[in-house]
Amino acid sequence: MKEYAYYPGCSVEKMALSYHMSAMETTRALGIQLKELEDWNCCGTTAYFHVDQLLSYALCARNLAIAEREKLDLVAVCAGCYKNLYFANTHLKDDPDLAEHVNAALSEDQLNFAGTGVVRHLIEVLIQDVGLEAIQAKVSRPLTGLHVAPYYGCQILRPRKDHEDVEQPRFFEDLLTTIGASPVEYPDRLRCCGSSLILTSRPAALGMVRTLLQSAVDSGAAVIATACPLCQVNLECYQNQVNHEFGTDLSIPILYFTQLVGLALDIPPDKLGIGKELVLPTPVLSSVGR
Amino acid sequence: MAERLPFSDEVSNLLYAAHGNPLTTCIQCGTCAGTCPVVPYMDHTPRRLIGMIAAGLKEEVMASNTFWFCASCYHCNVRCPQGIDIAELMYALKRLSIWRGQYKEGLIGPVFSETFVKTIFKSGRSYEPVLATSYLFTYGVQEFLQEAQTATSLMLKGRLPVLPPRIKRLENFGRMLRRIIPMGDAK
Repeated sequence: MKEYAYYPGCSVEKMALSYHMSAMETTRALGIQLKELEDWNCCGTTAYFHVDQLLSYALCARNLAIAEREKLDLVAVCAGCYKNLYFANTHLKDDPDLAEHVNAALSEDQLNFAGTGVVRHLIEVLIQDVGLEAIQAKVSRPLTGLHVAPYYGCQILRPRKDHEDVEQPRFFEDLLTTIGASPVEYPDRLRCCGSSLILTSRPAALGMVRTLLQSAVDSGAAVIATACPLCQVNLECYQNQVNHEFGTDLSIPILYFTQLVGLALDIPPDKLGIGKELVLPTPVLSSVGR
Repeated sequence: MAERLPFSDEVSNLLYAAHGNPLTTCIQCGTCAGTCPVVPYMDHTPRRLIGMIAAGLKEEVMASNTFWFCASCYHCNVRCPQGIDIAELMYALKRLSIWRGQYKEGLIGPVFSETFVKTIFKSGRSYEPVLATSYLFTYGVQEFLQEAQTATSLMLKGRLPVLPPRIKRLENFGRMLRRIIPMGDAK
């Protein structure tokens, strides 16, 4: 059973607990093991970059150094944590001066960043390491007839890491097809949900959320799939406020890709955290026999 | 007296790992402005802001809300034909405005970011209820009530933390951060 160091991130401790639950259940069913990173700390989100760069790299480096000590790939589920950890790793590897500064600070916790680790997002691990064929072989309850909008959002794709296609990705659609669901063509799948603007610039973020929800509904989606806790919260928990603000009547459930994969693997919905939503997916799921 | 650094160079010096002054390579094509999903809410588009920086309009740039409305979606970054790290530019302007304590009145972003940084200093992890204090008090009655309703629903679903989480080696962690930014012993 291949083992990974698992970086949960602050939001999955409570707000996105269902992401954590479904990630653990689904990976276990797929034969890989997520081992929670010992004493991990916050990745710094974007807020730390607003105040001090070195500080934000130090926060990420502590997590990277702990994962290096375990000699395991570090896997994040939050797109924001993933982006921060991934690029901190890259920048620290590319810039010995930066690494030296950060290592001087890390010595206070008896840690050292050597640049030997790799940072991954869980969706990438499922697709590349487990593989779509292996997932398909384990699907016992395909989500036939479920129209899903694959919402990529931003930070699992951007910034660009190498020469990968960041304008026309298909991996999310492919994953949904693998579990028997029907991905809809969702024109706004790469557009930002507003992220923390929901707290700092509410009118802007509500407008952005509205665009995404409306476009998913217009594309024929019954549910939106996401790979990020912040996207999930913005799209789901603020639907009421969007409806209030714009006089709309939107009510579309937002599920994590891990929950959808878990359902197709016949894991009981409550073990995947289903039921913790403000927009309940139950009617949609029962329409496809779940 | 030494000659003053042009504003454009001052900003470039704040960009991580930038070689030379990337802002001078901007061709003002507007791809960033056409891509950015927050443009309708910004005082100036990213394209215009870069033009303003090049023109040395320091006060006007610092007084705008543009960089505080950047959501870090990096969509402009991957499309810029000149490869300018526009999101990083927005971060740099945010830092500059926090350091100078100079930002457009009524913006929540700077207060939120500083509250966030202090929260992590204290516990090593994020805690939503403390963060909420940085924006809730700026809300009108309508928004406040809606936010309270959302929070109540989340609490009923067990999705809001009651106690702040804490990492185990918090003392080491605090010393580590103070090696980067000396903050004295302030708790």
